[in-house]
Order: sequence, then structure tokens, then C-alpha cells
Amino acid sequence: MSQETRLALAKDLVKALEDDNETKADEILDEIAGLRESQLFQEIGKLTRQLHDTLGSFEIDAKVAKLTENDIPDAKDRLQYVMTMTEEAADKTLTAVERLLPVSEQLTQQTEELALQWGRFLDKELPYEEFRVMSKQITQHFMHAQKGLSQIQSGLNEILMAQGFQDLTGQIIRRVIDLVQDLELSMVDLIRLSGGKSKDKPAGTETVDEKLPGPAVPGVDDKKGDVAHSQDDVDDLLSSLGF
Amino acid sequence: MKILVVDDFSTMRRIVKNLLRDLGFTNTVEADDGKTALPILEKGGIDFLVTDWNMPGMTGIDLLKAVRANPDLANLPVLMVTAEAKREQIIMAAQAGVNGYVIKPFTAATLKEKIEKIFERIDG
Repeated sequence: MSQETRLALAKDLVKALEDDNETKADEILDEIAGLRESQLFQEIGKLTRQLHDTLGSFEIDAKVAKLTENDIPDAKDRLQYVMTMTEEAADKTLTAVERLLPVSEQLTQQTEELALQWGRFLDKELPYEEFRVMSKQITQHFMHAQKGLSQIQSGLNEILMAQGFQDLTGQIIRRVIDLVQDLELSMVDLIRLSGGKSKDKPAGTETVDEKLPGPAVPGVDDKKGDVAHSQDDVDDLLSSLGF
Repeated sequence: MKILVVDDFSTMRRIVKNLLRDLGFTNTVEADDGKTALPILEKGGIDFLVTDWNMPGMTGIDLLKAVRANPDLANLPVLMVTAEAKREQIIMAAQAGVNGYVIKPFTAATLKEKIEKIFERIDG
């Protein structure tokens, strides 16, 4: 309400009172009170908006607090576990390769030597004495080859199984990515609110919290004791169900 | 014996496939989730299903339920190979009619044992 309007209204009121015009005076008083009220409503409206925003930011604060207090340390443990798993897999693979390379080298060398002798035999250039040595070497070579090849076979299987880490670590990393995304959304909300440009949250930004648990990370997911730690645990549980 | 291997990670599908080959099962087909697996199963000719649980699109448990609900597939042996290790999940899978449950990471020996057990039960 401007100064002028108020002054004009006051003068009108004084005049109406002087003129003993009560109806007029009442009307003016009502008008003044009405103006006051609408201003009051505006102020209340503003305050309500502020309160709403503050409450909203409390909600996000709580979410961010939960993320930083629980989920981020959890994520650190998960990533640590990923590192351990990848290291173990690389170590298993390298150990197997280091163990097998000499086996295959030895077999290659033996085969080359025997092939050479065998060639001489076919060309009829191998004296009888050397032939006898060669046939003994061939017998030995078969034994070595059998043993060596079965070592190589099992080593290759070890290498194969070691690659399973990619699936498990992939699942764990996916969850950490979800968490980072969640944190990012909360931060954006917080910034938007503190910048005073609060709007209602767009629908669909809520991430689903309880998805499938995925690989159990030791020290993170097995605290409640509701996780099977080994295949034996699984088998026991299933047989208790009559499997 | 034709086996369908379902997992969203191709590494794991290759591992399972190679292990199966080692056990003498050379005829395998692959799918990367339940949605792609189901049409293959419905077409017929699959004798054994090995599936992961946690997959985008359609999960292994939903695939298992769909298989059991289909009269043509209801008796198909299903082995679940998954990282899901919560007790309630294992129970849920058992109730849905799974024939075997192997948790990742697993050994070649475990997979072999579970597969043999399933076939023993079917043959016996």
C-alpha cells in the first residue's frame, strides 16, 4: 500500500467522521483492513515457501548424510574388494602361466631332439647303438608328454576359472556407479535449493534402493549373517529344505 | 544334449561353456538375459538350462518361473549359477523349482558335481 493511498484514505476517513457519515467511515476502515490483510497473506505465503524449501533441504541433507556416513565407506570397501579380486585373478593366471611355460618348453625341446634323430633313422644314418638310445628316449618322451600335457590342461582350466572375477567385480562396480549417480542427484538438489530456485523434484529421479543384493562383499554385505558364505552353506540350506 | 547358458557377462558364459565342453557337453547355446533366453527355450530342443540370476531385462528367477509355468518346459532341468548368496534368495529359487544352485565364485569341481547330480536324478 503506497503512502499516497494511505494518506488519501486517512483524509477520506477524517472527512467522513467530521461529516458524521458513519457508513462511509466504516467502508473506508474496511478497505484499510482489507489492504493490510492481503499484505499479511503475501508475507505468510512467502514464509510458507521458505519453510517448505528448508524442510526439503533437510530431507536432502539427511540423504546426503546417509550417503556419506554409510554408502561411501561401503563403496570404498567394495572397491577395495574389487582390487583384491582382480589382483588374485591376475596372480592366479600369472602363476599358472609361469608354471606351464617351462613344461611346454621342455616338451618342445624333447620333440625337436627326437624329430632330428628320427629323421636320421629314416635316412638310415642312425647307428644301432644310437637307435637303442633313441627308442628309450621315445618311451620317456611319451611319459613326459602325458604328464606335461595333463599339467597344461589343468593349468588352462585354472586360468579359465580365474577369469570369473570379471563378472563379480563388474556387478560390484555397477553398484558403486549407481551410488555415485545417487550422490550426484542429491548434490544437484541441494545446490538447486540453496540457490533458491527450488522446484518440486522431477519424477523418476528416485533410485530404487533395494535391488538385487549381488555379490556379497566380505565385511560389508555379510554383517547380518543372512548370507551363504560358501557352496557348502548353500548345499546345507538346500538339503534342509529337502533337496 | 543341448545346453542353454544364460548370463549377462560374456566372460562368465565363456567360462561355463568351456567347463561344459570339458565335461563332454559340446552343444551349447548362449543368451544374455531371460528375455532372449525364453524364445530360444520355447523353440524347443534345449535339454538343460544354466542361468545367472541378476540380469537386466529379465532376471534368472523370472526366467525360471516362466519355464516352470510353461507346460512344454516345466520339466526342464535348471541349474542356477549366481553371485546372489542371501539365504532368502536361495530359498526363493528352491521354491520356484530350481534343480541346483551354485554360488559364484565357483570351482570346476563344484559345477561338475552339481550337473552330475541333476542328471543322476533325472536318469534315476
